Amino acid sequence: MKFRHTTSSGDDKVELQMTPMIDIVFQLLSFFIMTFRIGAQEGDFNVKMPVLAPAAGAASEIALPPIKIRLRADAAGRLTSVQFNDREMPVAGAMRLLREEIIGLIGDDRGPGSIQETAEVELDCDFQLRYEHVIDAVTAVSGYLDREGNIIKLVEKIKFAPPRTGAPASSS
Amino acid sequence: MRFKSRTPTAVYEGDFTPMIDMTFQLIAFFALLLNFSQVEQNERIQLPSSELAKPNESPLDYPITLQLTREGNVIIGGQEIPPAALRPYLIKEKQLLQSQGRPVADATVIIRAHKDAVAGIVQELIDRCQREGLERFALRAKEDVKQ
Repeated sequence: MKFRHTTSSGDDKVELQMTPMIDIVFQLLSFFIMTFRIGAQEGDFNVKMPVLAPAAGAASEIALPPIKIRLRADAAGRLTSVQFNDREMPVAGAMRLLREEIIGLIGDDRGPGSIQETAEVELDCDFQLRYEHVIDAVTAVSGYLDREGNIIKLVEKIKFAPPRTGAPASSS
Repeated sequence: MRFKSRTPTAVYEGDFTPMIDMTFQLIAFFALLLNFSQVEQNERIQLPSSELAKPNESPLDYPITLQLTREGNVIIGGQEIPPAALRPYLIKEKQLLQSQGRPVADATVIIRAHKDAVAGIVQELIDRCQREGLERFALRAKEDVKQ
């Protein structure tokens, strides 16, 4: 039987090649760092808008008429007027007032079949109104955050009135 | 004259273990935070903010994302088109849904519109989607962390 000759010291050191692994690891690290974005979370406001012709039914007969919110804008798209059921509101703090009106309307009536569940808001916006004002109004009627940061829901059914004409020539 | 005997040069090896440990931890951290849901996002779209905008608890069933730029163009499937040219894309989505045996109304149209976009065009988009039988919409906003 033939034995392999060992070196005099007897402690052969097998060296691992670390360089390629470290290269890859650093490449991965730089990729993740470069693609990392500290972005704000996104959320949705759900709007259910059935097909053009609304279906007639018993439910719609007993439901409350929609709360109409009219948002007017100037040529630059800035909010100039807010109406809550044909009642004019001051533009400064209009969204807070809008929320208070909705809270006053809904009250503590919550749960299945409650006003909170059946109430519907119709947003009637000027064509050139900036979208952020629409979202402000949707936020104001949808709910609010309590002191603990919990969302208290208000109106869940939101719809848009038919689009108003008066589109700027460039956007047609 | 007496010369010193030359000793072999010693190889000093740095200990890489802590560095590699740290690097792997960093990679794990970034990999876990990598948000694949941002695939549908576009840098040009600055969403309006809302204090009520919280991420959905469950992913939407069949989302169709329409991104509306400040200039009033729609970005769908990586292509920028005017709203008037949206119909073929919606028809394609409808056919996809129908091929899966699902009703068109199951789909949710996610509207990611720029905060300065014109509300009328957002309504126009909704109107065009309604004409194709879509009725569920989600207006997307970013979480307002200031309030």
